Amino acid sequence: MKRVMTRVAGLGLAILLLGILPVFPAHGDEVAVEAAVAAVPPAPTVDTGDTSWLLISSALVLMMTIPGLSLFYGGLVRKKNVLSVLMQCFMITCLISVQWVLWGYSLSFGPDIKGLIGSLDWFGLKGVGLEPNADYAATVPHQAFMIFQMMFAIITPALIIGAFAERMKFMPFVVFTLLWATFVYDPLCHWVWGVGGFIRKMGALDFAGGTVVHINAGIAALVSALVLGKRLGYPHKMSPPHNLPFSIMGAGLLWVGWFGFNAGSALGANGLAASAFVVTHVATAMAGLTWSIMDLIFNKRPTVLGIISGAVAGLVAITPASGFVTPLGALGIGAGAGVICYLSVAFMKARFGYDDALDAFGVHGVGGFWGAIATGLWATKSVNAAGADGLFYGNPGLVLIQLKAALITVVYSLVVSFVLLKVVDLVMGLRTDEQEERIGLDLSEHREAAYTMLD
Amino acid sequence: MKYIVAILQPDRLDEVLQRLTEKEIHLVTVTNVLGRGRQKGIAEVYRSHKEAGSLLKKVKIEIAVNEAFVKPTIEAITEGGRTGQIGDGKIFVLSLDECIRIRTGETGGVAIG
Repeated sequence: MKRVMTRVAGLGLAILLLGILPVFPAHGDEVAVEAAVAAVPPAPTVDTGDTSWLLISSALVLMMTIPGLSLFYGGLVRKKNVLSVLMQCFMITCLISVQWVLWGYSLSFGPDIKGLIGSLDWFGLKGVGLEPNADYAATVPHQAFMIFQMMFAIITPALIIGAFAERMKFMPFVVFTLLWATFVYDPLCHWVWGVGGFIRKMGALDFAGGTVVHINAGIAALVSALVLGKRLGYPHKMSPPHNLPFSIMGAGLLWVGWFGFNAGSALGANGLAASAFVVTHVATAMAGLTWSIMDLIFNKRPTVLGIISGAVAGLVAITPASGFVTPLGALGIGAGAGVICYLSVAFMKARFGYDDALDAFGVHGVGGFWGAIATGLWATKSVNAAGADGLFYGNPGLVLIQLKAALITVVYSLVVSFVLLKVVDLVMGLRTDEQEERIGLDLSEHREAAYTMLD
Repeated sequence: MKYIVAILQPDRLDEVLQRLTEKEIHLVTVTNVLGRGRQKGIAEVYRSHKEAGSLLKKVKIEIAVNEAFVKPTIEAITEGGRTGQIGDGKIFVLSLDECIRIRTGETGGVAIG
Protein backbone atom coordinates (compact mmCIF):
# COMPACT_ATOMS: atom_id res chain seq x y z
CA MET A 1 0.00 0.00 0.00
CA LYS A 2 2.68 2.46 1.07
CA ARG A 3 4.77 1.53 -1.95
CA VAL A 4 1.83 2.36 -4.19
CA MET A 5 1.45 5.67 -2.39
CA THR A 6 5.12 6.33 -3.04
CA ARG A 7 4.64 5.75 -6.76
CA VAL A 8 1.55 7.94 -6.82
CA ALA A 9 3.36 10.72 -4.99
CA GLY A 10 6.29 10.46 -7.39
CA LEU A 11 3.97 10.66 -10.36
CA GLY A 12 2.09 13.55 -8.76
CA LEU A 13 5.34 15.43 -8.28
CA ALA A 14 6.34 14.87 -11.90
CA ILE A 15 2.93 16.04 -13.15
CA LEU A 16 3.09 19.09 -10.89
CA LEU A 17 6.47 20.06 -12.32
CA LEU A 18 5.31 19.45 -15.90
CA GLY A 19 2.18 21.47 -15.22
CA ILE A 20 4.23 24.40 -14.05
CA LEU A 21 6.77 24.33 -16.84
CA PRO A 22 4.53 25.75 -19.58
CA VAL A 23 4.34 28.95 -17.52
CA PHE A 24 8.04 29.26 -18.03
CA PRO A 25 8.70 30.46 -21.58
CA ALA A 26 6.97 33.77 -20.88
CA HIS A 27 9.36 34.60 -18.05
CA GLY A 28 12.27 33.10 -19.92
CA ASP A 29 11.70 35.50 -22.80
CA GLU A 30 11.42 38.41 -20.44
CA VAL A 31 14.75 37.60 -18.88
CA ALA A 32 16.32 37.20 -22.30
CA VAL A 33 15.00 40.59 -23.36
CA GLU A 34 16.27 42.16 -20.18
CA ALA A 35 19.64 40.55 -20.76
CA ALA A 36 19.80 41.99 -24.24
CA VAL A 37 18.82 45.44 -23.00
CA ALA A 38 21.27 45.31 -20.12
CA ALA A 39 24.10 44.10 -22.31
CA VAL A 40 24.17 47.13 -24.60
CA PRO A 41 24.64 49.92 -22.04
CA PRO A 42 25.84 48.04 -18.92
CA ALA A 43 23.82 49.02 -15.87
CA PRO A 44 25.96 51.70 -14.24
CA THR A 45 25.38 50.54 -10.68
CA VAL A 46 26.73 47.01 -11.17
CA ASP A 47 30.24 46.71 -9.73
CA THR A 48 32.35 44.18 -11.60
CA GLY A 49 34.54 43.29 -8.63
CA ASP A 50 31.56 42.72 -6.35
CA THR A 51 29.76 40.72 -9.00
CA SER A 52 32.67 38.46 -9.78
CA TRP A 53 33.27 37.75 -6.09
CA LEU A 54 29.61 36.93 -5.55
CA LEU A 55 29.50 34.60 -8.56
CA ILE A 56 32.66 32.84 -7.41
CA SER A 57 31.19 32.61 -3.91
CA SER A 58 28.01 31.07 -5.29
CA ALA A 59 30.04 28.37 -7.00
CA LEU A 60 32.04 27.83 -3.78
CA VAL A 61 28.84 27.35 -1.75
CA LEU A 62 27.55 24.82 -4.28
CA MET A 63 30.89 23.02 -3.90
CA MET A 64 30.15 22.72 -0.19
CA THR A 65 27.17 20.46 -0.96
CA ILE A 66 28.50 18.62 -3.99
CA PRO A 67 31.01 17.25 -3.43
CA GLY A 68 31.99 18.67 0.01
CA LEU A 69 29.18 17.60 2.31
CA SER A 70 28.47 14.56 0.09
CA LEU A 71 31.97 13.19 0.66
CA PHE A 72 32.01 14.19 4.32
CA TYR A 73 28.77 12.28 4.97
CA GLY A 74 29.46 9.55 2.38
CA GLY A 75 32.67 8.52 4.12
CA LEU A 76 30.96 8.28 7.49
CA VAL A 77 28.26 5.79 6.54
CA ARG A 78 28.66 2.07 5.93
CA LYS A 79 29.73 0.74 2.54
CA LYS A 80 26.24 -0.40 1.65
CA ASN A 81 24.75 3.09 2.09
CA VAL A 82 27.35 5.41 0.58
CA LEU A 83 25.52 5.90 -2.71
CA SER A 84 22.26 6.67 -0.94
CA VAL A 85 23.87 9.62 0.87
CA LEU A 86 25.61 10.90 -2.26
CA MET A 87 22.33 10.55 -4.13
CA GLN A 88 20.39 12.46 -1.48
CA CYS A 89 22.87 15.35 -1.68
CA PHE A 90 22.74 15.39 -5.46
CA MET A 91 18.96 15.12 -5.60
CA ILE A 92 18.58 18.01 -3.16
CA THR A 93 20.83 20.10 -5.40
CA CYS A 94 18.64 19.43 -8.44
CA LEU A 95 15.30 19.58 -6.62
CA ILE A 96 15.85 22.76 -4.62
CA SER A 97 17.36 24.56 -7.61
CA VAL A 98 14.06 24.07 -9.44
CA GLN A 99 11.99 24.87 -6.34
CA TRP A 100 14.00 28.05 -5.77
CA VAL A 101 13.45 29.32 -9.31
CA LEU A 102 9.73 28.54 -9.26
CA TRP A 103 8.59 29.70 -5.83
CA GLY A 104 11.37 29.38 -3.24
CA TYR A 105 13.12 32.66 -3.96
CA SER A 106 9.85 34.54 -4.14
CA LEU A 107 8.63 33.17 -0.79
CA SER A 108 12.00 34.00 0.81
CA PHE A 109 12.88 37.38 -0.66
CA GLY A 110 9.78 38.51 -2.56
CA PRO A 111 7.65 41.50 -1.51
CA ASP A 112 6.88 41.16 2.20
CA ILE A 113 3.52 40.06 3.58
CA LYS A 114 3.17 41.16 7.23
CA GLY A 115 6.79 40.30 8.08
CA LEU A 116 6.01 36.59 7.77
CA ILE A 117 6.55 35.52 4.18
CA GLY A 118 7.43 36.81 0.74
CA SER A 119 4.61 36.99 -1.79
CA LEU A 120 4.51 34.92 -4.96
CA ASP A 121 5.00 38.01 -7.13
CA TRP A 122 8.44 36.76 -8.13
CA PHE A 123 7.18 33.27 -9.05
CA GLY A 124 9.42 31.81 -11.73
CA LEU A 125 11.86 34.68 -11.09
CA LYS A 126 9.44 37.12 -12.68
CA GLY A 127 11.02 40.55 -12.38
CA VAL A 128 14.26 39.17 -10.97
CA GLY A 129 16.53 40.53 -13.63
CA LEU A 130 20.02 41.80 -14.18
CA GLU A 131 19.55 45.21 -12.54
CA PRO A 132 20.64 45.30 -8.92
CA ASN A 133 18.00 45.13 -6.23
CA ALA A 134 19.13 47.83 -3.83
CA ASP A 135 17.23 46.28 -0.90
CA TYR A 136 19.52 43.25 -0.90
CA ALA A 137 22.69 43.99 -2.83
CA ALA A 138 23.02 47.33 -4.55
CA THR A 139 26.11 46.61 -6.62
CA VAL A 140 25.43 43.21 -8.19
CA PRO A 141 22.77 41.94 -10.61
CA HIS A 142 19.66 40.78 -8.79
CA GLN A 143 20.10 37.35 -10.38
CA ALA A 144 23.59 37.04 -8.90
CA PHE A 145 22.12 37.62 -5.43
CA MET A 146 19.37 35.10 -6.23
CA ILE A 147 21.79 32.37 -7.33
CA PHE A 148 24.01 32.97 -4.28
CA GLN A 149 20.98 32.51 -2.02
CA MET A 150 19.94 29.42 -3.98
CA MET A 151 23.13 27.66 -2.92
CA PHE A 152 22.23 28.31 0.74
CA ALA A 153 18.75 26.92 0.17
CA ILE A 154 20.40 23.79 -1.25
CA ILE A 155 22.90 23.08 1.50
CA THR A 156 20.47 23.59 4.38
CA PRO A 157 18.23 20.55 3.76
CA ALA A 158 21.34 18.59 2.75
CA LEU A 159 22.74 19.05 6.26
CA ILE A 160 19.71 17.23 7.72
CA ILE A 161 20.66 14.05 5.82
CA GLY A 162 23.29 13.42 8.49
CA ALA A 163 20.61 12.63 11.05
CA PHE A 164 18.39 10.23 9.11
CA ALA A 165 21.13 8.59 7.01
CA GLU A 166 21.04 4.83 6.37
CA ARG A 167 17.35 4.26 7.09
CA MET A 168 15.04 6.64 5.20
CA LYS A 169 13.29 5.61 1.99
CA PHE A 170 14.12 7.73 -1.00
CA MET A 171 10.75 8.94 -2.30
CA PRO A 172 9.49 10.10 1.11
CA PHE A 173 12.85 11.83 1.51
CA VAL A 174 12.26 13.75 -1.74
CA VAL A 175 8.75 14.77 -0.74
CA PHE A 176 9.85 15.76 2.78
CA THR A 177 12.73 17.84 1.40
CA LEU A 178 10.44 19.74 -0.95
CA LEU A 179 7.90 20.42 1.81
CA TRP A 180 10.60 21.36 4.31
CA ALA A 181 12.24 23.81 1.92
CA THR A 182 8.88 25.43 1.23
CA PHE A 183 7.38 25.51 4.72
CA VAL A 184 10.44 25.77 6.97
CA TYR A 185 13.44 27.16 5.11
CA ASP A 186 11.70 29.75 2.94
CA PRO A 187 9.68 31.39 5.76
CA LEU A 188 12.67 31.45 8.15
CA CYS A 189 14.86 32.85 5.41
CA HIS A 190 12.30 35.61 4.94
CA TRP A 191 12.08 36.38 8.66
CA VAL A 192 15.82 36.76 9.02
CA TRP A 193 16.98 38.15 5.66
CA GLY A 194 13.90 39.26 3.72
CA VAL A 195 13.06 42.96 3.66
CA GLY A 196 10.33 43.37 6.29
CA GLY A 197 11.10 40.03 7.96
CA PHE A 198 10.33 40.29 11.69
CA ILE A 199 13.57 38.79 13.03
CA ARG A 200 15.54 41.13 10.80
CA LYS A 201 13.64 44.04 12.39
CA MET A 202 14.44 42.75 15.91
CA GLY A 203 18.10 43.64 15.36
CA ALA A 204 19.43 40.11 15.69
CA LEU A 205 22.80 39.61 13.99
CA ASP A 206 23.22 36.67 11.62
CA PHE A 207 25.86 37.44 9.03
CA ALA A 208 25.89 34.30 6.92
CA GLY A 209 23.15 32.01 8.18
CA GLY A 210 23.72 30.66 11.67
CA THR A 211 20.01 30.62 12.45
CA VAL A 212 18.50 30.16 9.00
CA VAL A 213 20.91 27.44 7.94
CA HIS A 214 22.55 25.77 10.91
CA ILE A 215 20.21 25.99 13.88
CA ASN A 216 17.32 25.37 11.53
CA ALA A 217 18.85 22.30 9.86
CA GLY A 218 20.27 21.06 13.17
CA ILE A 219 16.89 21.09 14.88
CA ALA A 220 15.17 19.45 11.90
CA ALA A 221 17.94 16.84 12.09
CA LEU A 222 17.22 16.10 15.75
CA VAL A 223 13.50 15.82 15.04
CA SER A 224 14.05 13.46 12.11
CA ALA A 225 16.41 11.28 14.15
CA LEU A 226 13.70 10.99 16.82
CA VAL A 227 10.81 10.43 14.41
CA LEU A 228 12.67 7.79 12.36
CA GLY A 229 14.12 5.99 15.35
CA LYS A 230 17.44 4.24 15.68
CA ARG A 231 19.15 2.26 12.96
CA LEU A 232 19.15 -1.51 13.40
CA GLY A 233 21.99 -2.45 15.71
CA TYR A 234 22.56 1.08 17.03
CA PRO A 235 24.58 1.86 19.09
CA HIS A 236 26.68 -1.21 19.82
CA LYS A 237 26.65 -3.16 16.59
CA MET A 238 27.52 -0.55 14.02
CA SER A 239 30.49 -0.71 11.69
CA PRO A 240 32.81 2.30 11.89
CA PRO A 241 32.91 4.92 9.08
CA HIS A 242 33.68 3.05 5.87
CA ASN A 243 36.02 5.60 4.27
CA LEU A 244 37.51 8.31 6.48
CA PRO A 245 39.72 9.71 3.68
CA PHE A 246 36.44 10.60 1.86
CA SER A 247 35.31 12.46 4.97
CA ILE A 248 38.60 14.29 5.24
CA MET A 249 38.41 15.40 1.61
CA GLY A 250 34.83 16.43 2.21
CA ALA A 251 35.73 18.45 5.30
CA GLY A 252 38.52 20.13 3.35
CA LEU A 253 36.14 21.08 0.55
CA LEU A 254 33.66 22.36 3.12
CA TRP A 255 36.34 24.56 4.66
CA VAL A 256 37.35 26.04 1.28
CA GLY A 257 33.75 26.42 0.16
CA TRP A 258 32.84 28.14 3.41
CA PHE A 259 34.88 31.19 2.35
CA GLY A 260 32.18 31.67 -0.28
CA PHE A 261 29.49 31.14 2.33
CA ASN A 262 30.84 33.64 4.87
CA ALA A 263 33.07 36.06 2.97
CA GLY A 264 30.59 35.94 0.09
CA SER A 265 27.88 37.10 2.48
CA ALA A 266 29.56 40.52 2.48
CA LEU A 267 27.91 40.67 -0.99
CA GLY A 268 30.90 42.58 -2.28
CA ALA A 269 34.64 42.41 -2.82
CA ASN A 270 35.53 44.66 0.08
CA GLY A 271 37.10 44.94 3.52
CA LEU A 272 34.20 43.24 5.22
CA ALA A 273 34.65 40.22 2.93
CA ALA A 274 38.34 40.07 3.84
CA SER A 275 37.50 40.30 7.53
CA ALA A 276 34.90 37.52 7.22
CA PHE A 277 37.40 35.39 5.31
CA VAL A 278 40.04 35.82 8.04
CA VAL A 279 37.79 35.16 11.04
CA THR A 280 36.24 32.14 9.29
CA HIS A 281 39.65 30.62 8.82
CA VAL A 282 40.85 31.46 12.34
CA ALA A 283 37.79 30.06 14.11
CA THR A 284 37.92 26.86 12.06
CA ALA A 285 41.58 26.26 12.82
CA MET A 286 41.01 26.93 16.52
CA ALA A 287 38.04 24.59 16.68
CA GLY A 288 39.92 21.74 14.99
CA LEU A 289 42.77 22.25 17.40
CA THR A 290 40.44 22.36 20.39
CA TRP A 291 38.65 19.15 19.40
CA SER A 292 42.03 17.41 19.14
CA ILE A 293 42.87 18.55 22.66
CA MET A 294 39.51 17.26 23.90
CA ASP A 295 40.27 13.94 22.19
CA LEU A 296 43.64 13.86 23.90
CA ILE A 297 42.04 14.46 27.28
CA PHE A 298 39.16 11.98 26.94
CA ASN A 299 40.55 9.30 24.57
CA LYS A 300 44.32 9.68 25.02
CA ARG A 301 44.70 9.94 21.22
CA PRO A 302 43.92 12.81 18.86
CA THR A 303 41.72 11.35 16.11
CA VAL A 304 41.35 12.27 12.46
CA LEU A 305 37.58 12.20 12.58
CA GLY A 306 37.88 14.41 15.66
CA ILE A 307 39.93 17.16 14.07
CA ILE A 308 37.69 17.39 10.99
CA SER A 309 34.54 17.37 13.13
CA GLY A 310 36.04 20.17 15.17
CA ALA A 311 36.84 22.15 12.04
CA VAL A 312 33.27 21.81 10.76
CA ALA A 313 31.92 22.82 14.18
CA GLY A 314 34.14 25.90 14.04
CA LEU A 315 32.86 26.77 10.55
CA VAL A 316 29.29 26.46 11.79
CA ALA A 317 29.87 28.57 14.89
CA ILE A 318 31.66 31.44 13.13
CA THR A 319 28.98 31.68 10.43
CA PRO A 320 26.59 34.14 12.14
CA ALA A 321 29.51 36.07 13.65
CA SER A 322 31.74 36.22 10.59
CA GLY A 323 30.84 39.81 9.66
CA PHE A 324 31.04 41.22 13.17
CA VAL A 325 34.02 39.88 15.12
CA THR A 326 37.80 40.35 15.28
CA PRO A 327 40.31 37.52 14.75
CA LEU A 328 40.73 37.27 18.53
CA GLY A 329 36.97 36.97 18.94
CA ALA A 330 37.11 34.21 16.32
CA LEU A 331 39.64 32.32 18.46
CA GLY A 332 37.15 32.39 21.35
CA ILE A 333 34.28 31.27 19.14
CA GLY A 334 36.35 28.45 17.64
CA ALA A 335 37.54 27.21 21.03
CA GLY A 336 34.00 27.28 22.38
CA ALA A 337 32.73 25.35 19.35
CA GLY A 338 35.40 22.68 19.86
CA VAL A 339 34.50 22.15 23.50
CA ILE A 340 30.72 22.43 23.29
CA CYS A 341 30.22 20.35 20.13
CA TYR A 342 32.62 17.72 21.45
CA LEU A 343 30.61 17.39 24.64
CA SER A 344 27.31 17.25 22.78
CA VAL A 345 28.50 14.55 20.38
CA ALA A 346 30.45 12.47 22.89
CA PHE A 347 28.22 12.71 25.93
CA MET A 348 24.82 14.29 25.27
CA LYS A 349 24.01 11.96 22.36
CA ALA A 350 24.98 8.91 24.40
CA ARG A 351 23.07 10.19 27.42
CA PHE A 352 19.78 10.70 25.56
CA GLY A 353 20.28 7.82 23.12
CA TYR A 354 18.94 9.41 19.92
CA ASP A 355 20.54 8.13 16.73
CA ASP A 356 21.78 11.30 15.04
CA ALA A 357 23.73 9.10 12.65
CA LEU A 358 26.36 11.59 11.45
CA ASP A 359 25.92 14.22 14.17
CA ALA A 360 24.01 16.77 12.12
CA PHE A 361 22.37 18.05 15.30
CA GLY A 362 25.47 17.76 17.47
CA VAL A 363 27.56 19.83 15.09
CA HIS A 364 25.12 22.09 13.21
CA GLY A 365 22.36 22.51 15.77
CA VAL A 366 24.55 22.88 18.83
CA GLY A 367 27.37 24.67 16.98
CA GLY A 368 24.85 27.01 15.36
CA PHE A 369 23.27 27.83 18.71
CA TRP A 370 26.68 28.53 20.23
CA GLY A 371 27.52 30.72 17.23
CA ALA A 372 24.35 32.77 17.67
CA ILE A 373 25.11 33.38 21.37
CA ALA A 374 28.82 33.94 20.70
CA THR A 375 27.93 36.63 18.17
CA GLY A 376 26.15 38.39 21.03
CA LEU A 377 29.34 38.14 23.08
CA TRP A 378 32.07 39.12 20.63
CA ALA A 379 30.36 41.35 18.01
CA THR A 380 31.90 44.81 17.69
CA LYS A 381 31.07 47.85 15.61
CA SER A 382 34.78 48.35 15.01
CA VAL A 383 34.59 45.50 12.50
CA ASN A 384 31.23 46.37 10.98
CA ALA A 385 29.51 49.68 11.66
CA ALA A 386 26.24 48.18 10.44
CA GLY A 387 26.44 45.54 13.20
CA ALA A 388 26.24 46.05 16.94
CA ASP A 389 28.41 45.79 20.03
CA GLY A 390 28.17 42.57 22.04
CA LEU A 391 28.55 41.77 25.73
CA PHE A 392 32.34 42.03 25.72
CA TYR A 393 32.02 45.48 24.17
CA GLY A 394 29.60 46.76 26.78
CA ASN A 395 26.22 45.75 25.37
CA PRO A 396 24.76 42.73 27.19
CA GLY A 397 21.40 43.35 25.51
CA LEU A 398 22.64 41.85 22.24
CA VAL A 399 22.99 38.41 23.83
CA LEU A 400 19.31 38.45 24.70
CA ILE A 401 18.30 39.47 21.19
CA GLN A 402 20.50 36.70 19.78
CA LEU A 403 19.00 34.19 22.19
CA LYS A 404 15.49 35.24 21.24
CA ALA A 405 16.18 34.87 17.50
CA ALA A 406 17.78 31.47 18.07
CA LEU A 407 14.88 30.25 20.20
CA ILE A 408 12.27 31.38 17.68
CA THR A 409 14.17 29.40 15.05
CA VAL A 410 14.36 26.34 17.31
CA VAL A 411 10.65 26.36 18.08
CA TYR A 412 9.49 26.98 14.52
CA SER A 413 11.82 24.41 12.99
CA LEU A 414 10.99 21.85 15.67
CA VAL A 415 7.23 22.10 15.33
CA VAL A 416 6.91 22.35 11.56
CA SER A 417 9.60 19.74 10.83
CA PHE A 418 7.81 17.35 13.18
CA VAL A 419 4.45 17.91 11.53
CA LEU A 420 5.88 17.49 8.01
CA LEU A 421 7.70 14.28 8.95
CA LYS A 422 4.55 12.85 10.52
CA VAL A 423 2.43 13.73 7.50
CA VAL A 424 4.88 12.15 5.06
CA ASP A 425 5.20 9.13 7.34
CA LEU A 426 1.44 8.69 7.41
CA VAL A 427 1.07 8.90 3.65
CA MET A 428 4.21 7.13 2.40
CA GLY A 429 6.08 5.65 5.37
CA LEU A 430 9.48 7.17 6.09
CA ARG A 431 11.47 4.15 7.07
CA THR A 432 12.83 1.28 4.99
CA ASP A 433 11.69 -2.16 6.09
CA GLU A 434 14.12 -4.23 8.11
CA GLN A 435 15.24 -6.45 5.28
CA GLU A 436 16.02 -3.48 3.04
CA GLU A 437 17.89 -1.67 5.78
CA ARG A 438 19.93 -4.81 6.27
CA ILE A 439 20.76 -5.11 2.57
CA GLY A 440 21.62 -1.41 2.45
CA LEU A 441 19.93 1.53 0.75
CA ASP A 442 22.26 1.54 -2.28
CA LEU A 443 20.85 -1.73 -3.51
CA SER A 444 17.35 -1.56 -2.06
CA GLU A 445 16.53 2.06 -3.00
CA HIS A 446 18.71 2.64 -6.04
CA ARG A 447 19.62 -0.80 -7.45
CA GLU A 448 23.28 0.17 -7.58
CA ALA A 449 26.42 -0.74 -5.66
CA ALA A 450 29.27 1.65 -4.88
CA TYR A 451 32.00 -0.93 -4.83
CA THR A 452 32.50 -4.25 -6.57
CA MET A 453 34.22 -7.19 -4.90
CA LEU A 454 35.08 -9.02 -8.10
CA ASP A 455 36.96 -7.43 -11.02
CA MET B 1 37.27 -32.76 15.23
CA LYS B 2 34.96 -30.86 12.92
CA TYR B 3 35.42 -27.90 10.62
CA ILE B 4 32.33 -25.71 10.57
CA VAL B 5 31.76 -23.33 7.67
CA ALA B 6 28.81 -20.94 7.72
CA ILE B 7 27.56 -18.38 5.23
CA LEU B 8 25.77 -15.48 6.93
CA GLN B 9 24.00 -12.21 6.36
CA PRO B 10 26.77 -9.62 6.84
CA ASP B 11 24.89 -7.67 9.50
CA ARG B 12 24.33 -10.79 11.64
CA LEU B 13 28.05 -11.30 12.13
CA ASP B 14 28.34 -9.31 15.35
CA GLU B 15 25.43 -11.17 16.88
CA VAL B 16 26.90 -14.56 15.91
CA LEU B 17 30.34 -13.66 17.28
CA GLN B 18 28.80 -12.56 20.56
CA ARG B 19 26.87 -15.84 20.95
CA LEU B 20 30.03 -17.83 20.14
CA THR B 21 31.94 -15.91 22.80
CA GLU B 22 29.18 -16.66 25.31
CA LYS B 23 29.68 -20.37 24.61
CA GLU B 24 33.45 -19.97 24.96
CA ILE B 25 34.21 -20.49 21.31
CA HIS B 26 36.85 -17.91 20.46
CA LEU B 27 38.64 -19.03 17.32
CA VAL B 28 36.91 -17.77 14.19
CA THR B 29 38.09 -16.80 10.71
CA VAL B 30 35.90 -14.33 8.84
CA THR B 31 35.86 -13.54 5.11
CA ASN B 32 33.74 -11.28 2.93
CA VAL B 33 32.23 -13.36 0.15
CA LEU B 34 29.75 -13.01 -2.69
CA GLY B 35 27.12 -15.59 -3.29
CA ARG B 36 23.62 -16.47 -4.29
CA GLY B 37 21.00 -18.98 -3.34
CA ARG B 38 17.86 -20.05 -5.11
CA GLN B 39 16.45 -16.51 -4.87
CA LYS B 40 19.41 -15.02 -6.82
CA GLY B 41 20.68 -11.55 -6.06
CA ILE B 42 18.88 -8.25 -6.54
CA ALA B 43 19.31 -7.03 -10.10
CA GLU B 44 21.30 -3.82 -10.35
CA VAL B 45 20.51 -1.20 -12.98
CA TYR B 46 23.13 1.02 -14.64
CA ARG B 47 21.87 3.63 -17.12
CA SER B 48 18.76 1.51 -17.54
CA HIS B 49 20.84 -1.56 -18.33
CA LYS B 50 19.82 -4.34 -16.00
CA GLU B 51 22.58 -6.46 -14.51
CA ALA B 52 20.54 -9.57 -13.90
CA GLY B 53 21.12 -11.97 -11.06
CA SER B 54 24.08 -10.25 -9.51
CA LEU B 55 25.61 -11.80 -6.43
CA LEU B 56 24.78 -10.82 -2.89
CA LYS B 57 27.33 -9.86 -0.28
CA LYS B 58 27.66 -12.47 2.46
CA VAL B 59 30.07 -13.24 5.23
CA LYS B 60 31.73 -16.62 5.62
CA ILE B 61 32.92 -17.79 9.01
CA GLU B 62 35.08 -20.84 9.59
CA ILE B 63 35.55 -22.53 12.95
CA ALA B 64 37.52 -25.66 13.92
CA VAL B 65 36.08 -27.39 17.00
CA ASN B 66 36.32 -30.56 19.07
CA GLU B 67 33.26 -32.86 19.07
CA ALA B 68 31.89 -31.46 22.36
CA PHE B 69 31.67 -27.99 20.84
CA VAL B 70 29.92 -28.91 17.59
CA LYS B 71 26.40 -28.55 18.93
CA PRO B 72 26.99 -25.27 20.84
CA THR B 73 28.69 -23.79 17.77
CA ILE B 74 25.78 -24.66 15.51
CA GLU B 75 23.34 -23.30 18.10
CA ALA B 76 25.24 -20.04 18.40
CA ILE B 77 25.34 -19.54 14.63
CA THR B 78 21.69 -20.44 14.14
CA GLU B 79 20.44 -18.22 16.95
CA GLY B 80 22.64 -15.29 16.07
CA GLY B 81 22.26 -15.54 12.32
CA ARG B 82 18.54 -16.07 11.94
CA THR B 83 16.36 -13.22 10.69
CA GLY B 84 13.62 -15.47 9.31
CA GLN B 85 14.04 -14.04 5.81
CA ILE B 86 15.25 -15.86 2.71
CA GLY B 87 19.01 -15.50 2.51
CA ASP B 88 19.93 -16.20 6.12
CA GLY B 89 22.58 -18.61 4.87
CA LYS B 90 23.73 -22.14 5.65
CA ILE B 91 26.01 -24.05 7.97
CA PHE B 92 28.23 -26.84 6.67
CA VAL B 93 29.90 -29.33 9.00
CA LEU B 94 33.00 -31.09 7.65
CA SER B 95 35.15 -33.70 9.36
CA LEU B 96 38.64 -32.46 10.13
CA ASP B 97 41.67 -34.74 9.81
CA GLU B 98 44.33 -32.82 11.62
CA CYS B 99 45.09 -29.55 13.38
CA ILE B 100 48.56 -28.23 14.21
CA ARG B 101 49.40 -25.22 16.34
CA ILE B 102 52.24 -23.50 14.54
CA ARG B 103 53.82 -21.93 17.66
CA THR B 104 54.25 -25.16 19.65
CA GLY B 105 53.83 -27.95 17.12
CA GLU B 106 50.99 -29.48 19.21
CA THR B 107 48.56 -31.56 17.16
CA GLY B 108 44.97 -32.80 17.39
CA GLY B 109 42.30 -31.74 19.89
CA VAL B 110 44.60 -29.77 22.21
CA ALA B 111 45.74 -27.60 19.32
CA ILE B 112 42.20 -26.42 18.52
CA GLY B 113 41.28 -24.64 21.76
